[in-house]
Amino acid sequence: MDALRNTFKEIRRYPGAIIGLAIIILLIIAAIVVVFALPYDEAIRLWRGGEDVWYRNPKSVPPAWTNIFSRKDLPPSMALTAEDETVEKTREVNAEAGTVDIFYNFTIDYPYDDFPQELVFYFDGIYQEKSPFADIYWVMPDGNEIRVASLGIEKTQSLYFSQESKLQRRLGDIAPNIGLFVIPDSAPPQVMQGTYQVRVEGIGFEPESDIQAEFVLYGLVHGVAGTDHLRRDLSVALLWGIPVALSFGLVAAVGTTVLTMIFAAMGVWFGGVVDEVIQRLTEINLVLPYLSILVMIGTFYSKSIWVLLGATVLLGIFGGGIKTYRANFLQIKESMYIEAAEAYGAKSSRIIFRYLIPRIIPLLIPGLVISIPGFVFLEAGLAVLGLGDPTLPTWGKIINDARQEGALYRGLYYWILQPAGFLFITSLAFAMLGYSLDRIFNPRLRGL
Amino acid sequence: MATETTTVSTISSAKRKAWVGTITRILKYTLLRGATMLVTVVIGVYLTILIANMGGYVDEIMRGSIRESIGMRLANDEEYRRMDPEARTEFFEAEIANEEKRLGLDRPFLLRSLGFLWDGLTLNLGRALFMTSDTGSKEVRLIILDRLGPTLLMMGTSQLLLFFISIYLALILSRKYGSFVDRLVIALSPTSSAPGWFYGIFLILLFAAVLQILPFGGMIGTPPPENSFEYALDVLKHLILPVLALIISAIFVSIYNWRTFFLIFSSEDYVEMARAKGLPDREIEQRYILRPTLPTIITAFSLNLLFLISGAPIIETIFIWPGLGRALYTAVGLYDTPVIVASAIIFAYLLAITVFILDFVYALVDPRVKVGGGSRKA
Repeated sequence: MDALRNTFKEIRRYPGAIIGLAIIILLIIAAIVVVFALPYDEAIRLWRGGEDVWYRNPKSVPPAWTNIFSRKDLPPSMALTAEDETVEKTREVNAEAGTVDIFYNFTIDYPYDDFPQELVFYFDGIYQEKSPFADIYWVMPDGNEIRVASLGIEKTQSLYFSQESKLQRRLGDIAPNIGLFVIPDSAPPQVMQGTYQVRVEGIGFEPESDIQAEFVLYGLVHGVAGTDHLRRDLSVALLWGIPVALSFGLVAAVGTTVLTMIFAAMGVWFGGVVDEVIQRLTEINLVLPYLSILVMIGTFYSKSIWVLLGATVLLGIFGGGIKTYRANFLQIKESMYIEAAEAYGAKSSRIIFRYLIPRIIPLLIPGLVISIPGFVFLEAGLAVLGLGDPTLPTWGKIINDARQEGALYRGLYYWILQPAGFLFITSLAFAMLGYSLDRIFNPRLRGL
Repeated sequence: MATETTTVSTISSAKRKAWVGTITRILKYTLLRGATMLVTVVIGVYLTILIANMGGYVDEIMRGSIRESIGMRLANDEEYRRMDPEARTEFFEAEIANEEKRLGLDRPFLLRSLGFLWDGLTLNLGRALFMTSDTGSKEVRLIILDRLGPTLLMMGTSQLLLFFISIYLALILSRKYGSFVDRLVIALSPTSSAPGWFYGIFLILLFAAVLQILPFGGMIGTPPPENSFEYALDVLKHLILPVLALIISAIFVSIYNWRTFFLIFSSEDYVEMARAKGLPDREIEQRYILRPTLPTIITAFSLNLLFLISGAPIIETIFIWPGLGRALYTAVGLYDTPVIVASAIIFAYLLAITVFILDFVYALVDPRVKVGGGSRKA
């Protein structure tokens, strides 16, 4: 207990260690919160659910906070239904004619400096035999009214403004997402800021007829993390990347270190053939191209993160660390207390696990902490090679998607910078803590 | 007079004897190491082959694709369609057996893997299933040799630069222990926990996407310059970012490590003594600090190099560098087993050769190895 308290006292003297530790604790808390607040199944649904989960999101747009840094105030995405306050809906049954009048009025406040990506109506028509019919009008802040389209509303019906060629012609051959927002004759095109209205005037031909309308304005920024090429919200993967990266890094580092240590201790204790075999295995391991092997396992066998984790640990057991541990164990083996243990007839397993290994644990902790970033980056690297876990959302997979979609060529920097930032902060935290611990536990380095 | 000459000759002959002894010891050591290395490589390559084939898993995939492709081909064959059903099945199976024989799938796996091992070790790597070399050959050896050069160019350049820069700067820093720059390097050393490919992405973003002064990737522009001088210049231009990425990813921690290492050594008594004698700094560094630490420096260098070589696939993929790592990546995508095995074997060979050369250099610089014959590495 005293030793532990002393260690903490030492740690306080190193600012790097404190910052690192603080970040690690934050990340661990974040990981726990994420796992509970956004359970695995929900995260998978949000990440791999398909179009019906993401259809309201714009395609490949940066996060909303980028507006702070840009001169232009970019429009966020809006999805409006009858439940929203800015939407009025009335439905009147005209008993004489046997028809129903359905009326929607969407009010949109648009104080932004750029045009939206796309405008879409999603309708659900409710009817038995004859589908309802609707006219859609667009009212600009200056009162100018433009007819968007007239169409029959099927059970599910969508209306992409960009595909309405008649509308485009009416606007003077300007794409509707620009033409419906532009100040007339402004060059370059400027946004008319103010309050817009969209009216849906529908008529149903059966007493039970109704129209459910959802209007989506696809903006140029979205949410806290932006979206990717499949309209997915990146925040899901960024958040779930925390527990995945931490668990991969920690499990791999602890697994490798502990197993390596046990093998090193066994080699030293039993000596002879066992030692020789372990030494030769270390040399063979040195020649094995571990990344090529991981790539092969990922391709031929399984891309599951846990299989690759297991392979990583197995390939790491006889890594470079074993020589350092061996040298330490050789020294400890000569200690008097080991001789005493032997004298009273302690079993080999007892000596290895109770007397040899505990002695080098302080030496091992800095190395363990320092090795964590390597494993975190290994997982990301495998994902960059296209061997990311097919189901789990991870940071590496975002980077891989971004690279494959040419994010850097297209200037979509947020797509790569966010996961990269998370990776960097995580690895830096562990490295800072590790290097400080190294100096604390390694008296030779103290003061250097 | 006479006695004096005899003493001189005994001394010189003793010297020569010692010299001859040293050479034989180094030779013996080298041979022994060479032999163990060979065994190591054989086992390593065999393991790689076993993993590459996953106990016949790949064969199943290949059998499936053979069956499918032959079925497709025959379905369009008029003559085949006119045969009666029995003859058709027979012909179909015969075609499959033929194709499997061509690809060597008819032999049992163990036998085939041993054959593969021998072919792999002798670099007689057969023909690729799908990939071709730059000249259009399907010879695996040519495919691999095409890619070997670029990998060695990238890894060699970055590693040598890193090695000399970091040792040089570390020596300067160890003299200015405690200064601002010294503390800055210590503070920056955790940045080395990120690998080269990670910095590569940032460098591409900065220099290729934003500033647009360097290429996004590849080794040569399109079309490649005709003039060989311009060609070299163009390769150099493409080399800057990957090499820079690799250097950035390791520079601070290696400066830090060397500096600490030199500091520990420069507090040794014999260094204090040399200082007291008034020897110039440069001489103290070369004779009293660098010389005794050389074995450790070489070990660290070799381990670093091994780590870097095996990490090649990711950085080569990021920079679209036409090296071995990328060949492996492409081959994996195509299930081109011979190329996968070949590039893994080449990696194993590269690693083994590196270990062997460094062992040899190690034996040259470390006096203890010379005495011990087969003594172990520290």
